Amino acid sequence: MIRIQARTEPSTFMSFASPLLAITFTLIFGFVLFTTLGKDPLQAMHLLLIAPLSDSYNIGEMFVKMGPLLLCAVGLSLCYRANMWNIGAEGQLLAGALGGSAVALYFIDSDSFIALPLTLLAGIISGMAWAALPTFLKLRFNSNLILTTIMFNYIALYLLIWAVNGPLRDPDGFGFPESAIFSDNTLLPTLLDSGRIHLGVLFAIICALIAWFILSKTHLGFQIRVFGADEPAARYAGFKGKNISWFVMLFAGALAGLAGVGEVTGPIGQLVPNVSPGYGYSAIIVAYLARLHPLGAIVAAVFLAVLYMGGDLAQIEMGIPIAVIGMFQGVLLFFLLACDFFIRNRLTFTHQNAA
Amino acid sequence: MDADLIVQILFAAIKTGTPLLFIALGEVICEKSGILNLGQEGMMLMGAVVGFLAAYSTGNAGFGVLGAIAMGSVMSLIFAVLVLQLGANQVATGLALTIFGTGLSAFIGSGVVGQTIQGFQPIAIPYLSDIPYLGRILFNHDIIVYLSFVLTGVIAYVANKTRIGLVLKAVGENPHAANAIGIKVLRVRYLAIMFGGGMAGLAGAYMSLVYTPMWVENMTAGRGWIALALVVFASWRIGNIMLGAYLFGFASIMHLVLQGIGWSISPNLLAMLPYVATVVVMVIISADQFKEKLLAPRSLGKPFDPRQMA
Amino acid sequence: MSQTLEQHNLTARLELVELTKQYPGCLANDRISLSLKPGEIHALLGENGAGKSTLVKSIYGVVSPDTGDILWNGKQVEIKSPSTARDLGIGMVFQHFSLFETLTVCQNIELCLSKKQLSQIGHLGNKITELSKEYGLDVDPDRYVHSLSIGERQRVEIMRCLVQSVKLLILDEPTSVLTPQEVSGLFGVLRTLAKEGCSILFISHKLHEVTEICDQATILRGGKVVDTCAPSEETPASIAKMMVGDLAEQEAGYSKKQGTKTAFAINKLSLAAKQPFGTALKDICLDLKAGEILGIAGVAGNGQDELMAIISGEDSRNVKDSLTLETLSIGHLSAGDRRQLGIAYVPEERLGRGAVPDMSLTENTLLTHSKGFVKNGLVQWQSLKDYANRLIDQYKVKCHGEFSEAKSLSGGNLQKFIMGREIGQNPKVLICAHPTWGVDVGAALTIHQALLELRDQGAAILLVSEDIDELFLLADRMAAVCDGYLSPLVQTEQTSIDQIGQWMAGTFINSTTETVA
Repeated sequence: MIRIQARTEPSTFMSFASPLLAITFTLIFGFVLFTTLGKDPLQAMHLLLIAPLSDSYNIGEMFVKMGPLLLCAVGLSLCYRANMWNIGAEGQLLAGALGGSAVALYFIDSDSFIALPLTLLAGIISGMAWAALPTFLKLRFNSNLILTTIMFNYIALYLLIWAVNGPLRDPDGFGFPESAIFSDNTLLPTLLDSGRIHLGVLFAIICALIAWFILSKTHLGFQIRVFGADEPAARYAGFKGKNISWFVMLFAGALAGLAGVGEVTGPIGQLVPNVSPGYGYSAIIVAYLARLHPLGAIVAAVFLAVLYMGGDLAQIEMGIPIAVIGMFQGVLLFFLLACDFFIRNRLTFTHQNAA
Repeated sequence: MDADLIVQILFAAIKTGTPLLFIALGEVICEKSGILNLGQEGMMLMGAVVGFLAAYSTGNAGFGVLGAIAMGSVMSLIFAVLVLQLGANQVATGLALTIFGTGLSAFIGSGVVGQTIQGFQPIAIPYLSDIPYLGRILFNHDIIVYLSFVLTGVIAYVANKTRIGLVLKAVGENPHAANAIGIKVLRVRYLAIMFGGGMAGLAGAYMSLVYTPMWVENMTAGRGWIALALVVFASWRIGNIMLGAYLFGFASIMHLVLQGIGWSISPNLLAMLPYVATVVVMVIISADQFKEKLLAPRSLGKPFDPRQMA
Repeated sequence: MSQTLEQHNLTARLELVELTKQYPGCLANDRISLSLKPGEIHALLGENGAGKSTLVKSIYGVVSPDTGDILWNGKQVEIKSPSTARDLGIGMVFQHFSLFETLTVCQNIELCLSKKQLSQIGHLGNKITELSKEYGLDVDPDRYVHSLSIGERQRVEIMRCLVQSVKLLILDEPTSVLTPQEVSGLFGVLRTLAKEGCSILFISHKLHEVTEICDQATILRGGKVVDTCAPSEETPASIAKMMVGDLAEQEAGYSKKQGTKTAFAINKLSLAAKQPFGTALKDICLDLKAGEILGIAGVAGNGQDELMAIISGEDSRNVKDSLTLETLSIGHLSAGDRRQLGIAYVPEERLGRGAVPDMSLTENTLLTHSKGFVKNGLVQWQSLKDYANRLIDQYKVKCHGEFSEAKSLSGGNLQKFIMGREIGQNPKVLICAHPTWGVDVGAALTIHQALLELRDQGAAILLVSEDIDELFLLADRMAAVCDGYLSPLVQTEQTSIDQIGQWMAGTFINSTTETVA
């Protein structure tokens, strides 16, 4: 007979094992799904997980996708640690892309050395501004952060679509909803001779390190953690909740904005309507998978980037709709939440006895 | 602006508000039991795609509706098991449900994108539809809209006048006390969550079978989220939800109104209106913290584990 | 189960045979047996954590025991849920009431009744009014529960049992929330019920009450029955010895001190309630002197929480000129700033407010004590660990080490730790809420001595407690709160339990408003 028993202390082992277990279950789920759909499961799994890491070009592309995922996830980790349910990374990323593009287009004929720093700064500030709005509404008017950040995602999306159809449209672009291609002067330099790995990827890793340092070494990081773990205790201790909320939200907004401007000045090179294939939402999964730990987020972001890459490959080679990636992400989060149950509980096997 | 246009706008506001009404009615029951399900968007999309597929393959829109309701309930059951049985965080689980539903619906619907079907046709109710103005606004809809009228009444009655409503309120206010006096808290919450799922599925079916009788990825466009705001806006009262749904419906078709007055604004900017309206409404209603705390179900979003009653 | 049972003349109403309940890491009930006759008032005695609550929850079907039998009127029964218990005729009044504040009295009672019972009763509101008159309970069926006082809510709970013609009434610490006057009212109701043949199981740790009302007593310690007695033949002291074992070191009275200069003052503070169902503070004046303990008595929910929140700054509303620390006006400062100026606070909830459950003791030290441990924004974790270890040694906190999570400590040990952490900041003013609630005798002694020592060093201490005995033991001056009003302050030696009890019930309110007017 199997019984569920609460553990007296949460299991450290399970809190590390749970994400791995969740990934395993997700793969099993995928295996079954592809088999029932009549697709070769081994080929599909190979394309999803192995092929993206099989040659240097693919690895490079994988890192290009990891950059924005990691940036958004690191910011979200800090927010969630402080119990700020920011679902708005997607909108903040789009705002960053939009703001950065406006400045990049202003410098389209200039060869000034400040063009790139100003473009990046504009992206960061736009992301922060987009995070600041819902933060202000929450702190001043007590409005629900989850809902406002989501609404601002939609608003950012339509704002961006409006911009590429209007003020930022390439006048020589035959009416396509796209901006002009940025000048080299406002593009992020690539790190290697071949491939598209750019400076933004390095930024992402540095940001993860900074966030880790803040959380574990500083008094501010401690206050953030207390706020998330036990808000009454934080208020009792006299920590300034508003300042902490502002800090994590602006930090997350800045990082998401950087991710957005990094996309348009990096791999894309112009402003297009579909800047992000949902990086801001996937970053939520990355943050969770990494247990809201900024360094863990590096590993988790790599995993999701592989999945993104694999999704592209599977679509091209096997005709599997790209939407399968979104579904896998949801399944992964389900399994993670389910496996987390065993951090605080365990199964005990007892011999059959009629109690 | 002439009377004819006003009638058309009000008619359209009801039509547009109906899916919001369905999800919000489901969610309010769920929230009254103390559970916050942020997976509305995912459940609604799954309802929409399954409803469309069922109607498309059988040629019967009625099967589409039933399929969508069943699908919504199944989706919410995943949420219920994670949250109630495994004690998972309600916010995270709801988000997972939305991400999962968005992906899965796009996946299984990829074969029928752009196909059209014969949806429900409007039925003019004899006599009532002949009332000047009002008849054309209220009694010239399809059967699903009429269903929404009836359901609103039934749900309002059950929630406010019956023992079921009393039990629901008790569980939502204080699950520990409810458990102590012998109410089966988890059973009540399971049922409330699955009711919410069924209603979200129905809302999805309305989108893909009636509102725009076809399936497009992400066709719900955030309505699941707007409905969550609507519940807060309505202070968890059924009557207010109906009114709020039509107000939001009105905001969504604002561009018609503006065109009617002769304004010309980029359609992309006008598309933001429902979302901006949601933010504005939330700011106004939430500003009174005291009132919101008074009206919201007391245990909303908080986990409850009957085994931890030491 | 086929069992031949002999019917005795006086079959026990309830009999428990070797009931056992195991929780993870804690044997809550260890083979407990107990028997209760019709019309008997039976006390269940024991310290916090002795297993009383678990036992009565087993009887009421909230908790299912692992092994053991329950006999009801001589027949073996299995009580699977509270509704089974109610069908048998068992009613229970919980320590933390199981009422729904947003529902009316009538709706609350309706929820507990089956459809069959409801149809038998007919009009529920009338039945309530009727029973209310019969037992002198004074319960209005149409009022919303959130508008009722604690005493009234308890009467609703009792009413809930009465409408089901209860044969066994279980009361879990019923008097801990009542004024002394309300307690005697409750005892009147219980005696009437017992005369009519209803058995009563009465949980308490207040010994004089037990000797006053109970026929029989069962004493639990560490989940086991350690003794039974007839309270009328015992003294509170002899029962106390049974409860705590030989460890009992009865605290003698401590010497009282006169405070010196005013360390902290509240001047005419009135403040609306911030939370729904909260209490508004009304015209509060108070001066707290250095080197004294000022005790505030009162039934829970009469404004104590609101008062402490506004003093500590957790309630961040600006009350600029109403609060003075020495000569400084502090009503506009944040909680953190007030703490820097020397106001420390030991809150009522230890876990979840006074300490973060999932954090180590080192991290919990940093929660309020950052002075000297943060340089340029960086935490000096090593010296913080050393300091946490010193606190653990000094206050004899039983734990695995500074890395132990706060939630792994027992209530008493965590309280000693929090006390030590707050005292370690050398506060000018210490606000201390219910310091020994749910704490074992040994820890309570340590905590009392720490408080007295701090007082003798010249700190001003505001002690808020529901335990009148503790206040008389420790406080140099006393006052009571009722409905957000604060009574006059008196020297402890010049007042009596009776007077403080009347103040807790609000008898001072009219006289003060008259003098104001």
